[in-house]
Amino acid sequence: MRRAFFFAVLLLTSAGARAEFSGNVAVEGQAFGESAQFDQQFDSNVTLSFEPRWNGEWNDADDLWSLELFLRADDGDAGREHADIREALWLRIDGDNEWRVGINTMFWGVAESQHLVDVINQIDQVEGIDGEDKLGQPMIHLKRYQDWGVLDFLVLPGFRERTFQSAAGRLRTPLVVDTEQAAYESSDEERHVDYAFRFSQTYGDLDLGVSWFRGTSRDPLLLPGSDRDGNPVLIPFYQQMAQLGVDAQWIYRDWIWRLEFIRREARSNDYGAYVAGFEYTFYGIVETDIDFGTLVEYSADSRPEGEGGAFDHDIFVGGRFGFNDAQSSEILAGFVIDTENRGRSFRVEGSRRFGASWKGTLELQTFSNIDADDLLAALQNDDYLLLEMAYYF
Amino acid sequence: MFKPKTALLLALVAIPAAASAQSAEQKGLEIAKAAKAYDRGFTDFSANMIMTLKNRSGETSTRLIRIRSLEVEGDGDRSLSIFDEPADVKGTKMLTYSHGLEPDDQWLYLPALKRVKRISSRNKSGPFMGSTFAFEDLGSQEVEKYTYRYLREEPCGDWTCHVIERYPAYEFSGYTRQVAWIDSEAYRLVKAEFYDRKKTLLKTLTAGDFRQYLGHYWRPGTMNMVNHQTGKSTLLEWNDYQFRTGLTESDFRSQTLKRND
Repeated sequence: MRRAFFFAVLLLTSAGARAEFSGNVAVEGQAFGESAQFDQQFDSNVTLSFEPRWNGEWNDADDLWSLELFLRADDGDAGREHADIREALWLRIDGDNEWRVGINTMFWGVAESQHLVDVINQIDQVEGIDGEDKLGQPMIHLKRYQDWGVLDFLVLPGFRERTFQSAAGRLRTPLVVDTEQAAYESSDEERHVDYAFRFSQTYGDLDLGVSWFRGTSRDPLLLPGSDRDGNPVLIPFYQQMAQLGVDAQWIYRDWIWRLEFIRREARSNDYGAYVAGFEYTFYGIVETDIDFGTLVEYSADSRPEGEGGAFDHDIFVGGRFGFNDAQSSEILAGFVIDTENRGRSFRVEGSRRFGASWKGTLELQTFSNIDADDLLAALQNDDYLLLEMAYYF
Repeated sequence: MFKPKTALLLALVAIPAAASAQSAEQKGLEIAKAAKAYDRGFTDFSANMIMTLKNRSGETSTRLIRIRSLEVEGDGDRSLSIFDEPADVKGTKMLTYSHGLEPDDQWLYLPALKRVKRISSRNKSGPFMGSTFAFEDLGSQEVEKYTYRYLREEPCGDWTCHVIERYPAYEFSGYTRQVAWIDSEAYRLVKAEFYDRKKTLLKTLTAGDFRQYLGHYWRPGTMNMVNHQTGKSTLLEWNDYQFRTGLTESDFRSQTLKRND
């Protein structure tokens, strides 16, 4: 991280460079409705986060740089206290080629309820269970524009381990994940160089992406083991994998249809998975400015029950109210229902701006009717309410 | 049977009657075409926009948006909006390929998720960023988006204006009609009234502080949109207009939204 700061300072002081500074600082309070299932877990906590960003350009904007950090300080749960470089990037624009060298965070895919084809970045799991907070990934990335599509070639040196809650953390597995014992299939361990490729193109109202990845899986197997003191723990094991991904989105009138499909091959098993669904928006409901979007997505996974991810034969049903007001008020609500064992999780999230610089977010998450053998069983006492106030600058 | 001569005579009598019945529509269309023709050839521009929202009790909030626009031969313009304020949406970008009567193609870049989302843009009657401007008020003004009717000429400030009615020809407009005051010299849109689906007056737009660029193209420095039904208003102040800055189609690609400009 010190080197990244040095890099930034060097750029900032070089002739003609212009730096912009932005970001946010936020305080977050989280309270759980039921007492903890496991010893040591907290019932409520307050955390602070800081996300500064610097960016600038030189060479008549043919060269751009950016540095984005994330820091969280925690009062009770050491597992959520962490720092990460989300971005430390040099971008070179050379006609139809764009070169990105450094650390970057990127997003592939179209679905809303889960992200199957999005495999470049590791998930920052202590930041959220939705997989949308991600750790910065070192990369050399060439993006090439052709008339017939956009090509992305990525070389990914250096692997990022997934973050897991410590013993004190809520929303965790019954046994603590001992990240210090992380093991790898490849003898190169976290120094294994991964490769990825993507083709994407827009055909009228259809957007299509085909991607391929070969390297260390971002999703570890969690194997039983024991820590130094002989206590049972889970040990993350990172396999080698190859994944083919397809994502497509089609806009038809007020409908948006989405599909993500993957085929993944690894030593433990080969499997396929998909998420498919639609979003339909009602504009200006009951003669107001409010838009109401409905979302339905179905997820399936060919692995046997219990071996798969949390999303096997699940239906996501969601609604999105956009108030289109001066405060950008928004409410999102969604159910995930397991069609095989009827387990349910529900989340509602509301946000609005206060004044010019503050944004408040309220989030409620519940788990109900979870089977004892479901992956979510560990979370059944973890219904929570979260309030965040963030100051943006 | 008429003799050929009589038929010709009848035709001569009939044509002016038909022409005058059609002329208000024809004349309105001619004015719209002339306005578009006057503006043709600007190639591209960039500008900064300060948007001030005011509610009924006079409270204001401000947005800063950078606009880049590219003229496309035989299609609607392409435009990129980059949001600088309020701070929580800083870095958000909206890319629009407008297409006359067909729905536009539109993409949104959300910096918090580093995600580019293609969005449905068929319904453009909703408010832009909580303002009194609807998306359809800010889109590229293509001739075929409306049918027209010429009303009259009347003085408008220092100029003389054509007053024409415009009826949206695209689906899902929030308006039944608009009345536009367009000056007869350089086709500047000075004022417009917007009538809602119940045909009552909804909003009035007034533009001012016009400046000429490249010795030809006129752009307003201010645009104020008052909603008569809610008491809200929105003022757009445009500055740093630059034309022919060398923007190309490669600056308006959905994938380039991820660049940190």
